[in-house]
Amino acid sequence: MSGAAPVLSVDNVVKFFGEHQVLRGISLDVAEHQVVTVIGSSGSGKSTLMRCVNLLEVIDDGVIALDGRDITDPRVDPDHVRRRIGVVFQAYNLFPHMNVQDNITLAPRVVHGVPRAAAVERARELLARVGLEDKADEYPDRLSGGQQQRVAIVRALATDPRLLLLDEITSALDPELVGDVLRLVRELAEQGMTILMATHEMGFARQVADHVCFLDQGVVLEQGPPEQVLGDPVEPRTRQFLARIIDAGRL
Amino acid sequence: MRTTELYEPSARELDRRAYRRSRARRSTAVALASTLVFALLAYLTVTNAPGWDRTRATFFDISYGWEVLPDILEGLWLNIRVLAVAAVAVVVVALMLALLRTLRGPVFLPLRLLATAYIDLFRGMPLLIVLYLVGFGLPALRLDWLPTSETTLGTIALVLTYSAYVAEVFRAGIEAVHPSQRAAARSLGLTYRQTMRMVVLPQAVRKVTPPLLNDFVAMQKDVGLISVLGAVDAIRKAQIEVAQTFNFTPYVVAGLLFVLLAVPSARLADWVTNRAARRQQAGGLV
Ligand SMILES: Nc1ncnc2c1ncn2[C@@H]1O[C@H](COP(=O)(O)OP(=O)(O)O)[C@@H](O)[C@H]1O
Ligand SMILES: [Mg+2]
Repeated sequence: MSGAAPVLSVDNVVKFFGEHQVLRGISLDVAEHQVVTVIGSSGSGKSTLMRCVNLLEVIDDGVIALDGRDITDPRVDPDHVRRRIGVVFQAYNLFPHMNVQDNITLAPRVVHGVPRAAAVERARELLARVGLEDKADEYPDRLSGGQQQRVAIVRALATDPRLLLLDEITSALDPELVGDVLRLVRELAEQGMTILMATHEMGFARQVADHVCFLDQGVVLEQGPPEQVLGDPVEPRTRQFLARIIDAGRL
Repeated sequence: MRTTELYEPSARELDRRAYRRSRARRSTAVALASTLVFALLAYLTVTNAPGWDRTRATFFDISYGWEVLPDILEGLWLNIRVLAVAAVAVVVVALMLALLRTLRGPVFLPLRLLATAYIDLFRGMPLLIVLYLVGFGLPALRLDWLPTSETTLGTIALVLTYSAYVAEVFRAGIEAVHPSQRAAARSLGLTYRQTMRMVVLPQAVRKVTPPLLNDFVAMQKDVGLISVLGAVDAIRKAQIEVAQTFNFTPYVVAGLLFVLLAVPSARLADWVTNRAARRQQAGGLV
């Protein structure tokens, strides 16, 4: 595909859960090396959008394209698509029966055919980068939340994904741990990682995001550069949402 | 969110749906065709076997089968009653054993040991031997407060054996509930017993319902073993017939009746498993 095609393009995506239309025509693009954040109140469909992009849910209409190629075509093998996307979930979702190193090296070894020694070396290197080199042999349930989340990020990075999906990765963390995880995301952004991130951390979005999308009632109500969407929103509902967040002391 | 307005799928979406439907139709057709071919091959192999005519006469004599059916059904009714009583007793005893085995703390060591010994004993001992010991050994004691009917003794033997199995299934379920659930319940101030009853056991039972129903199906057939004590159930009735005519069709009839009995339980197990998956998981494709 041409160099101009965005890494991820979501076009008019519709998703129903039974009668309930959660996404009502969502459109957004993430260009290469861009960080796009999705904001919106709880239940607005941020996680659903992420799950649709990763093909964990079948969309009911619209198109999602990765590097210009329609991935919602039923002829496309979802496993091939998922191999190119790294996902970090809000609840970490580490495998409790494997130690940290095995969690990280599982996909490189089993899916991408990386030899064990190389996978381990890369895992150690990534762990060192997030300050967890001494936890490689520890089991997830014995780590703190912030440590678990950093391991989850490393697990997603270990396969060198084309696109990283981060779904409210700090909302289960203590404020003091939030900083560690966000610093890591910022580093990734600086190194040119392409990221789509749902978050409630408006301060972070303002500093790191290239583009902010406000999700409301199943559509992208407002989008643009962070200064505009977060600083001078046009839509009254965006203002309302931001006011509530400011009240909660998070901006 | 708004759900009232009408939603019109786009041409692209209609196209995707048509493609998925055609794929589904194709896999169904392939599955159906391969099943038919296999069935045909099996049928031809059996009917062309040199001894097929003899076999058919002694095992699949349809008119004789119809003749003995009412008698065997009468016997099956005894199996069903035994099954109902035994199933309830097994659940109660097994749950108690499982709870004893999962008690924490050194005070409960004797109880834990007892429960473990019971389970080791009855899980290891062949059901047939338990049936003989209970069915013939207990009456030999001549204690007049002990039951003497073959059916009751057979039921006791079944309960002894199956509760040992089912206790282990329950225990596996209890231990599969994540420790954070106990922590959450105890932090709310619930006692050990309340935590077990209201948080751990409901989750444990849900996790183990499919294997429990599997054990239930296994017990459905093993109920037929009480015939060795002389209880006149479906198998015993068939045996009596066979002894008179030397035609084995009654056994086949009894066997088919047991299969018919097991089918609803099997479908129930499938349904329960699917429903639990749909209700509790986020769903999606994987
Ligand atoms: N598997 C599901 N089945 C039915 N409804 C769901 C399911 N997942 C999410 N929803 C509903 O979809 C809406 C959006 O949820 P979600 O995407 O998790 O929101 P957010 O991540 O923005 O908080 C919610 O109203 C939620 O109840
Ligand atoms: Mg969410």
